[in-house]
Amino acid sequence: MTSSARLFRLARVLCSALALLLAAALVQRAEAQDISAALSQLTTNKYDDTEAALGALALSGSPAAAGIVSALADGKLVFGGLPPRVFIEGPGGALLDPLTMQPAADAPAVKPVRVNNRVRRAIEAANGALSLVSPDAGKRREAALAVGRSRDEAALPALEMALAKESDPKVKSAMNLARASILIAKEGITPAERIAAVELVGAEGNQDALAILRSVPESAAPEVKQAAAVAIEGIERNLAMWGMAQNVWYGLSLGSVLLLAAIGLAITFGVMGVINMAHGEMVMLGAYTTFVVQEVIRTSYPGLFDASLLIAIPLAFLFTGLIGVLIERTVIRFLYGRALETLLATWGISLILQQAIRTIFGPTNREVGAPSWMSGSFEIGHLSITSGRLWIIVFALLVFFALLATLRLTRIGLEMRAVTQNRRMAASMGIRTNWVDAMTFGLGSGIAGIAGVALSQIDNVSPNLGQSYIIDSFLVVVFGGVGNLWGTLVGAMTLGVANKLLEPYAGAVLGKIALLVIVILFIQKRPRGLFALKGRSIET
Amino acid sequence: MSMTRQPALLGTSGLIFLAVLFVAAVLVPVLNLYAAPDSAVHVPTYVVSLLGKYLTYALLALSVDLIWGYVGILSLGQGAFFALGGYAMGMYLMRQIGTRGVYGDPVLPDFMVFLNWKELPWFWYGFDMFPFAALMVLLAPGLLALVFGWFAFRSRVTGVYLSIITQAMTFALLLAFFRNDMGFGGNNGLTDFKDILGFNIQADGTRLTLFVLSALALGLGYILCRFLVRSHFGKVLVAVRDAETRVRFTGYRAENYKLVAFVVSAMLAGIAGALYVPQVGIINPSEFSPANSIEIIVWVAVGGRGTLVGAALGAVLVNYAKTYFTSGMLAPYWLFMLGGLFVAVTLFLPKGIVGTYYDWREKRRQHDDIPDEPLATPRPAE
Amino acid sequence: MTDIAIPEPTTAAEPAPAAKKELTEALLYLDAVTVTFDGFRALNALSFTVDPGEMRAVIGPNGAGKTTMMDVITGKTRPDRGDVFFNGGTTDLTKLDETQIATLGIGRKFQKPTVFENHTVLDNLRLALKGQRRALPNIFHRESAAARERIDEIFETIRLTEHRDRLGGALSHGQKQWLEIGMLLAQDPKLLLVDEPVAGMTDAETAQTAELLREINANGHSVVVVEHDMTFVRDLGVRVMCLHEGSVLAEGTLDQVSANERVIEVYLGR
Repeated sequence: MTSSARLFRLARVLCSALALLLAAALVQRAEAQDISAALSQLTTNKYDDTEAALGALALSGSPAAAGIVSALADGKLVFGGLPPRVFIEGPGGALLDPLTMQPAADAPAVKPVRVNNRVRRAIEAANGALSLVSPDAGKRREAALAVGRSRDEAALPALEMALAKESDPKVKSAMNLARASILIAKEGITPAERIAAVELVGAEGNQDALAILRSVPESAAPEVKQAAAVAIEGIERNLAMWGMAQNVWYGLSLGSVLLLAAIGLAITFGVMGVINMAHGEMVMLGAYTTFVVQEVIRTSYPGLFDASLLIAIPLAFLFTGLIGVLIERTVIRFLYGRALETLLATWGISLILQQAIRTIFGPTNREVGAPSWMSGSFEIGHLSITSGRLWIIVFALLVFFALLATLRLTRIGLEMRAVTQNRRMAASMGIRTNWVDAMTFGLGSGIAGIAGVALSQIDNVSPNLGQSYIIDSFLVVVFGGVGNLWGTLVGAMTLGVANKLLEPYAGAVLGKIALLVIVILFIQKRPRGLFALKGRSIET
Repeated sequence: MSMTRQPALLGTSGLIFLAVLFVAAVLVPVLNLYAAPDSAVHVPTYVVSLLGKYLTYALLALSVDLIWGYVGILSLGQGAFFALGGYAMGMYLMRQIGTRGVYGDPVLPDFMVFLNWKELPWFWYGFDMFPFAALMVLLAPGLLALVFGWFAFRSRVTGVYLSIITQAMTFALLLAFFRNDMGFGGNNGLTDFKDILGFNIQADGTRLTLFVLSALALGLGYILCRFLVRSHFGKVLVAVRDAETRVRFTGYRAENYKLVAFVVSAMLAGIAGALYVPQVGIINPSEFSPANSIEIIVWVAVGGRGTLVGAALGAVLVNYAKTYFTSGMLAPYWLFMLGGLFVAVTLFLPKGIVGTYYDWREKRRQHDDIPDEPLATPRPAE
Repeated sequence: MTDIAIPEPTTAAEPAPAAKKELTEALLYLDAVTVTFDGFRALNALSFTVDPGEMRAVIGPNGAGKTTMMDVITGKTRPDRGDVFFNGGTTDLTKLDETQIATLGIGRKFQKPTVFENHTVLDNLRLALKGQRRALPNIFHRESAAARERIDEIFETIRLTEHRDRLGGALSHGQKQWLEIGMLLAQDPKLLLVDEPVAGMTDAETAQTAELLREINANGHSVVVVEHDMTFVRDLGVRVMCLHEGSVLAEGTLDQVSANERVIEVYLGR
């Protein structure tokens, strides 16, 4: 946001600057590379001369030009001696030769080159033009892009001059694009040239190119307009696709959050049939565990900060798992087979846990920091992807598959499935069903805790954290099909993506409402969810 | 002969309940108006309104008990019907403000002027007329229940699934009513009411009248529920609760029975909401919050599900406790207590106060075979 | 060879002449009914008919599809393929739901006795009694003298008169079975589907139940009884059909069926 705004400002300044400079340069006809004339102009102590000198410096292509202009901007450009010469005032007041940056042989009395507002504008302009020929390719490219965006005809000669000297293909293409952008709307060029420009801009394929193409003048030849229309259509299709892809990405990101929140519930509700309304609070406890871990690290082991989440994950799992076992042993085991009563009792527990956290940590949001490896972002095509979100998706999938593996491959997983399918048979085969119940509930709660560690990175860590997830989590589990982990995965991702695809049309809140309504209708159509088990056993 | 003693329309506890209600409806106004303000028995006006609020909560609890206790529908969205009734009344009260609002617009409520709206949205038409608003108090919740129930019951969504989608329903409404452009005052809701049917809403007389009306509504609501549950219709309801499949195979459309009960219940909740709003002076979207709806369930659970009287009793008891504890130094502990109440009632008092009392009485009169109450004992388990 | 599918010669709309006669005369007509649960064929092209006034016993090992067959007839399960007609082919049961089928006159007793446990025995019968089924009119419904008489009759038949004021849930297992049969009678169906009526009954109760069902049948109701108890099936003395893997393995008198090699192999044992 701010960076693009900065770019625009730069572009505006750059354009007016280039126009000014061009005028100056035409009068001056300065020899490229030779800036001595310009330097001597700086010693006249006249604003007009200073301005002309700046113009010459900007177009000189001299490697020293940039340093001189910035010294002038900083008030470090001084002149003095006989004949008057220009120096740059170095650190500690040492006088440096502006061309070599070596200390000057003598040290005459000096005074700074004066600057007024007009000169200051000329400085900015010179800086802009200098970036087009800056030795840094990145800066040249940025300047070219800025010119392209500004599309000021006055910048064309400077641009063409820079283009003639440019060797870096990336920068060259940016400059070509900038030139084409200007040409599209320029008066008095042939239709063929204009079409070439249209095609060049069209190939760029982004939002800016679209705006440029839309500005083809009404007076342009029909074939030009035709070419522009084709290019616009192509870009729009392309952009719509990328926009869709971006929304799908956001959706997957939301889906992974939903998956994290719901996956523990898929165990307690899906496998055990226990309605745990305190599930959201388990997530919340996991987030607070992260907070405590980070506090300890901040005060005692600051070097470990980047590892704070890795430390928090097992701790959160153990802590919330333990709380889960405690809840199962003291409350839920007395309520098996009474789903609605379980719902009420666990709601009560959720109130108690919320209030406990509020009492201990206060009602306000707590700050949980992001380790360095989770910040930052990168781009793929027109997609912008933040590392934090990417990690959360990866993490959600890891947790999902770890859980799947636990259920499929481990002894406790086998026992859990056995108890779910036929409690009495399992008991008679020597499985301690009570213990399995407690472990299953503990596992579901522990996973909620792990989810809390991840969610602490993207949500406010407050006592109400869990409340915002509980309804969504239940909808995900029910939508995906109770008792089916894959259903939970698909359900979470579907709801996440659907939500984000709805948002552009309906807005965030209405999109959410629409989704709730859709899920409500869906559940009524298929009460057992997407991946329902079919068969007569389901009815009993 | 197949004539068997039908339980009376009003059993002993029903008569006691109505008698207590009647005494309160007479005594509270008398003590408010005629007892000296400094005497111990004087009932200050704010207490009258507080009691009135409890009574509307009791009516709300009654509406929950009708569907939860007798049909087994645990609605976690009953608060939505209450709030819709409340909003219908609130819209009437808003229109009554007229030019006395901050902006003095004769038609538009303040919040619309503030949002720079130029004309009244169509769904606000008619709310300046009390009979229309009163009709909407019934129709708005009734229609929502009809549409929602029609979909839900027809596709046989039952048990916790139904509970979860009712919760999603009220959550969706919560989000919707928070939006300013919904036209219901957004976050702040509707407030700053001036008068109702021409009477100043702050006046003692108005407050007493609202209290008496609340008592009347609760009494009539109780009689209506009682009449319903002991009719043939009500017996089918209990049959649906206990063995829905059997009911279908017996030729009844279980979904229609549920739907009728659900709509009646929603309308009762709407009436409760409509009486609640003028007594507390505000209605805002938080009434739609899922937590509110679940709290109603615990009132009913405490009093005794499937007993009607218990629901009303539970609502008054829990809310009295809430008022008592949240106003003092114990305030931070109220949520611990409420949470504990949920756990304790489900674990130790699954039939609630009145249900447990019935059981105890039933045991005592084992020899005496008059089946007075309950019509249908609530099942201990789901 | 072409890829064009050739229509089946026999469709629901236009059965072959022989089948048509069978269809119009039958009270219940099942043809090639197939039901699959997740790849498991619960019913595999099951076909049979029940004539008006007939009583039929159905036997077969566990998983033979007996309960699924009842589910299909009563509308609880929709068949993947096949026809189910009622009343001489006039009514396609696969298009109706449980309530509509019950109203047509098909009553069902479940394997596990299901009565309304929190209602008195009397109220159980009142609820089942043929009559007004719509919700709103039933708010103001009053019991007629004829209804009271009919209920008294049923009480005599099912021998529960002295238990009329007890709660359904308080009855013994056998009494619940009878109450459920009584509720079926109160519905006055054309066809009764009775799933394992004597499970958990004493010998005396079993014999009484057989007598009860014969009496019901004699009064003009068609009955299909699913039962494992061979003594009971013999007591009934009716046509027997043995199901195996979702289709009819053998049909005939009990003696014929129990002499069938396959039946002995899969069900009765040697």
